[in-house]
Amino acid sequence: MTRLNAWLLLALAIAVPLSLLAGRVWIDPFDPQLPNAAVIFAELRLPRAVLALVLGAGLGAAGAAMQGYLRNPLADPGLFGIAPGAALGAVLSFWTGWAASGWALPLFALAGAGGAMALLGAIAGRSGGVLLFTLAGMMIASLAGALMSLAISLSPTPFAMSEIVTWLMGALVDRGWADVWIAAPLTLAGIAVLLRAGRSLDALTLGEVAARSLGIDPQRLQRLMIAGIGLTVGAGVAVAGIIGFVGLMVPHFVRPLTDRRPSSLIVPSALAGALLLLVADCLCRIVPLAGGELRLGIALSLLGAPFFLHLLLRLRRELA
Amino acid sequence: MMLGGANLTLAGRLADVSVTLNPCEMTVICGPNGAGKSSLLGALAGLVMPDRGSVSLQDAPLRRMAATARAQAIGYLPQSAEVAWDVTVETLAALGRLPWRSGAAADAAAVQAALTALQLEPLRSRPLSQLSGGERARALLARVLAGEPRWLLADEPLANLDLAHQLALLGQLRALARDRGLGVVLVLHDLAQAMNFADRVLVLDRGALVADGSPEAVLTEQLIGAVWGVPARWLGEPGARALLPGCVTSGRGP
Repeated sequence: MTRLNAWLLLALAIAVPLSLLAGRVWIDPFDPQLPNAAVIFAELRLPRAVLALVLGAGLGAAGAAMQGYLRNPLADPGLFGIAPGAALGAVLSFWTGWAASGWALPLFALAGAGGAMALLGAIAGRSGGVLLFTLAGMMIASLAGALMSLAISLSPTPFAMSEIVTWLMGALVDRGWADVWIAAPLTLAGIAVLLRAGRSLDALTLGEVAARSLGIDPQRLQRLMIAGIGLTVGAGVAVAGIIGFVGLMVPHFVRPLTDRRPSSLIVPSALAGALLLLVADCLCRIVPLAGGELRLGIALSLLGAPFFLHLLLRLRRELA
Repeated sequence: MMLGGANLTLAGRLADVSVTLNPCEMTVICGPNGAGKSSLLGALAGLVMPDRGSVSLQDAPLRRMAATARAQAIGYLPQSAEVAWDVTVETLAALGRLPWRSGAAADAAAVQAALTALQLEPLRSRPLSQLSGGERARALLARVLAGEPRWLLADEPLANLDLAHQLALLGQLRALARDRGLGVVLVLHDLAQAMNFADRVLVLDRGALVADGSPEAVLTEQLIGAVWGVPARWLGEPGARALLPGCVTSGRGP
């Protein structure tokens, strides 16, 4: 397990410097002729790389915890309605025009994520049961989705509508240090909360009743999950829009390399998520596309959907 | 350390059940479907809160105990043998250490002892998906034993096991009670197994405790006829009994 973490850290140590060189403008480290190379490094590439690492780590850890909580390898942190809640908040900031002033968009998104978390806690909080929790999350997700579509359809100007739609696709283009300062503390706090849930998630491997017989408090676990998923996913959506499938795919790649306990999956999934998002974002920058960059959210969904189908087919074979 | 329930009442499940269980004994809870067997076991494990009445462990009420202290004392094996992830036997057994924060050395020793006691040593690094049903049942029991509980409560542990593995598991459970002083409480459907292995039998019918005592005294043909509605006859000797159901011996129908 710790060896796996060491390998992932090594891979990150190689990938991060390379990612700083790659992009629309390639930088040759041995021949820095480019006049504004320092500015590109410090103000464009470095914050973007840090953001990819932070968001990827958050999504990976959230996915690992989520699959452990639902005892289901097909679970994704987006299921609980926190990501759609955050997206709804962001859409409202465009809709009202507040988005123009830098800080409003992430604040609205975080408020949306917080609202979804509060609703989730209020509906499912009493029983601590996983089934009710999941159903409540899916209900919140579809409600937020409907309200989002309503906001888009009623958007005041076509310009606002196109802005909203583009933003929803998820990307790290033109993100700066301000976004890092919003996302990094919240995401790291979220990962810390999820790590605290590790023991309880391990117990849940044996089912809810056995977990309670091992002294696990299901309500405490549920609070930790809401807070941890809310912080990681909410912060991610607030600065980068919706980026799907990382939380689904990463724990899958990592699980066979661990002892398969949910608690030993969280840290390697965070590292692998950081690596995946960093590499995917670099590819988005490199791929030549007429209308600008390939959007990160689209790229990952293009990768992720076939992967999900492959998983389903494999599961079907195992069940047959 | 005694485990006792007083006036346990749960709407539609249990009706004023009072019972005191002794360690070093294997107690079997019997009864028809829906008689409240699992509810009684769950209440004794502190997992089902009764509407009225209370469960106490050595005079301390269970509901006042910290969840971890309760989990250290009472090991519970649920009926569903689900394990969500394909962990190895050793990792599964180590999950039983979750109520303890006793350090890696003590944890490893307890896991080792549990694996040895159930002859799982050769399978310790085998993933669960590669085990047979009997091996899997033993691995799940090892998880409970690794927690070093004073009480072992198991809900239908024989489900999905063939006859040889049923007998082996019952023998192991009885040995745990007799040799190690564990209190063992099982819910069983098979009355012959209860007759041959139990030290004490509790019979539930529609939520009420209708009989309590040694198996020979409790599981009479009359009681089986009255509670299960099945005329039946015992064959064989004490300790090696077989139940022949459906043969009317005294002219009573179901």
